[in-house]
Amino acid sequence: MLSRPADRAAEAPADVARDEAVRQEAVRLDGVSKRFGTSVALDQAWLKIGRGEFMTLLGPSGCGKTTLLNLVAGFLGPDEGEIFIDNALVTDVPAYARKTGIVFQNYALFPHMNVATNVAYGLKARGVAKEDIRTRVAEVLAMMKLTGFEDRRPRQLSGGQQQRVALARALVIQPKVLLLDEPFSALDKNLRASMQVEVKEIQRRLGVTTIFVTHDQSEALSLSDRIAVMSGGRICQIDTPERLYRKPADRFVASFIGEGSLLKGKLVRLEGDSAIIAVGSATVTVPAKPLDGVEPGSQVDLFIRPEHFHLSNPAEAALDGIVAASIYQGDHVDLYIDVPQASAARIHMRLSAREAAGLAGNGTKIGIGIGSEDLVAFPENRSQT
Amino acid sequence: MARPLSHRVMSFAGRALVVAILGFIILPAFVVAVASFNEKALLSFPPQQLSLRWFYNAINYKDFQSGFYNGLIVMLASSFLALFVGAAFAYVIDRYEFRGKNVIEGLLLAPLVVPHFTVGLGMLILAAQIGAARTFSLVIVCHVVLVLPFVLRSVYISLRNLDQRLELAAASLGAKPGRVLATVTLPLLMPGLVSGWLFAAILSFNEFTASLFVTVQRTQTLPVAMYNYVREYADPTMAAISVIFIVVTATLLALANSFLGLGKVLNVEQAR
Repeated sequence: MLSRPADRAAEAPADVARDEAVRQEAVRLDGVSKRFGTSVALDQAWLKIGRGEFMTLLGPSGCGKTTLLNLVAGFLGPDEGEIFIDNALVTDVPAYARKTGIVFQNYALFPHMNVATNVAYGLKARGVAKEDIRTRVAEVLAMMKLTGFEDRRPRQLSGGQQQRVALARALVIQPKVLLLDEPFSALDKNLRASMQVEVKEIQRRLGVTTIFVTHDQSEALSLSDRIAVMSGGRICQIDTPERLYRKPADRFVASFIGEGSLLKGKLVRLEGDSAIIAVGSATVTVPAKPLDGVEPGSQVDLFIRPEHFHLSNPAEAALDGIVAASIYQGDHVDLYIDVPQASAARIHMRLSAREAAGLAGNGTKIGIGIGSEDLVAFPENRSQT
Repeated sequence: MARPLSHRVMSFAGRALVVAILGFIILPAFVVAVASFNEKALLSFPPQQLSLRWFYNAINYKDFQSGFYNGLIVMLASSFLALFVGAAFAYVIDRYEFRGKNVIEGLLLAPLVVPHFTVGLGMLILAAQIGAARTFSLVIVCHVVLVLPFVLRSVYISLRNLDQRLELAAASLGAKPGRVLATVTLPLLMPGLVSGWLFAAILSFNEFTASLFVTVQRTQTLPVAMYNYVREYADPTMAAISVIFIVVTATLLALANSFLGLGKVLNVEQAR
């Protein structure tokens, strides 16, 4: 069932392995649901996050990722399910006692306090001794390259500096979990890239468990240890960036992560974990799991990444297509091709500049081959995800 | 390169209009101020000879003295009471969803719609029932009701402008609700609270219509004392006391400005 994605470590048969896995758990959500009025913001979320792991919640707006973050922070209470932080049940523990550090999209720095007071806030609230506060604030400001900015007000800082202050303020309390709510989306592109590198580096160095909320798939792919892809209040798949890209569990994950085209195909037969699909004049092998319950002979949608198409001589080609547009991208060329026999929409094919060199212009008829790696098919006409 | 004639005419007309509007605003106060320095016992303009005798008269007039004193007490009591009640209601209305919220909000803002003399008359009738018709409490309660909508609006707008993520951030950093209120919410609401209080204070000090009903000789506020004076005399003392009035109010505003900046106090600037 997709609603309870498997966590490989916890499913290991040996008790020792399971105990070890539990010990290493920083955050666990057991069937957590949250409704606002009649709309379901989060539907039965099961999630385990390991110590020091960088877990990203990825999805379009309204998918429930921010609700999940707010539930972990304690800003919201779940309608169902339990939340654990460091193996302690925190479902009914108020936010101020959870020891999470949060960085908001707008940083939410206290505008009436200077940088040092902002950063010291959490230590003061926890009754840390004055001298300790001073040394710890100085340390964290040095780590965030903010030494010398102690007396500035937040509005006197640039966006990047404000973000560093927000991060320093969250990290100085040594949180059990660091929560990042779209922290990069307010930064301009260049700054964003350098802040991402910096945040990832600090996260790794401190080994702090991190939950990162974003709708930006490239950000998610480059930063995360694992990603939970969410849609409509559901967690669709939890996996490493590479596995999400190569083995998407459903149509939504496939289309949300990276690019790809859908081709109409037919399920020929199932062979154990594999399914044989006929598409155009070729047959390809895909994992059987996403096709659970589909009868042989039924129509299916085959999902193919742009780099898995190649040129083929017309006699052996799986498909015949007509080049509708070709876009030069320097090291590669993106081709958009009409394939009337197998797809209503244009397919997207990526060739290296060298491969594409021999092609004539738009309107050329070409033969297309389909690679054998990382193909995946989904049942046809499933309700929109 | 000359601009078209029509542009120049329009631009001149625009400026003239602004000057005219400002004139209408400032002129009455100006006329009264000048008339107050008239040496003669006439309310006339312009004065032939200047004198401060009407100021002397106004300051030493017993009813004005007690009226000023009463007004000050009523102003302080009613404005602070209204501040607490209004801020509490504004907080509840901003932060909580409950049945009848619209009704409560409507009732709290009702004094904007109900004429002041109606409020005053109603208060008088009710107070008479419990034998409180001659008390300061009646005047203060009446003023609280009248100024409450202004405090409520002012604090409510500030609450709307307050980014609740600041409070969430404070909570996640380990601050309990009381600490969040004291260190984040209240400091950031300060401009709204001050402006609400200021409006309440000025309105209360100036309030006449309802005060006429709910005050007696012992409790009459300055505007009521002025009304009673003008029924009997028509000399520039009235003008002089008006000038004093303006000076007091302007001083209040100037104080607020020096503490917080008028833009913030009047809520025309973002409070952050």
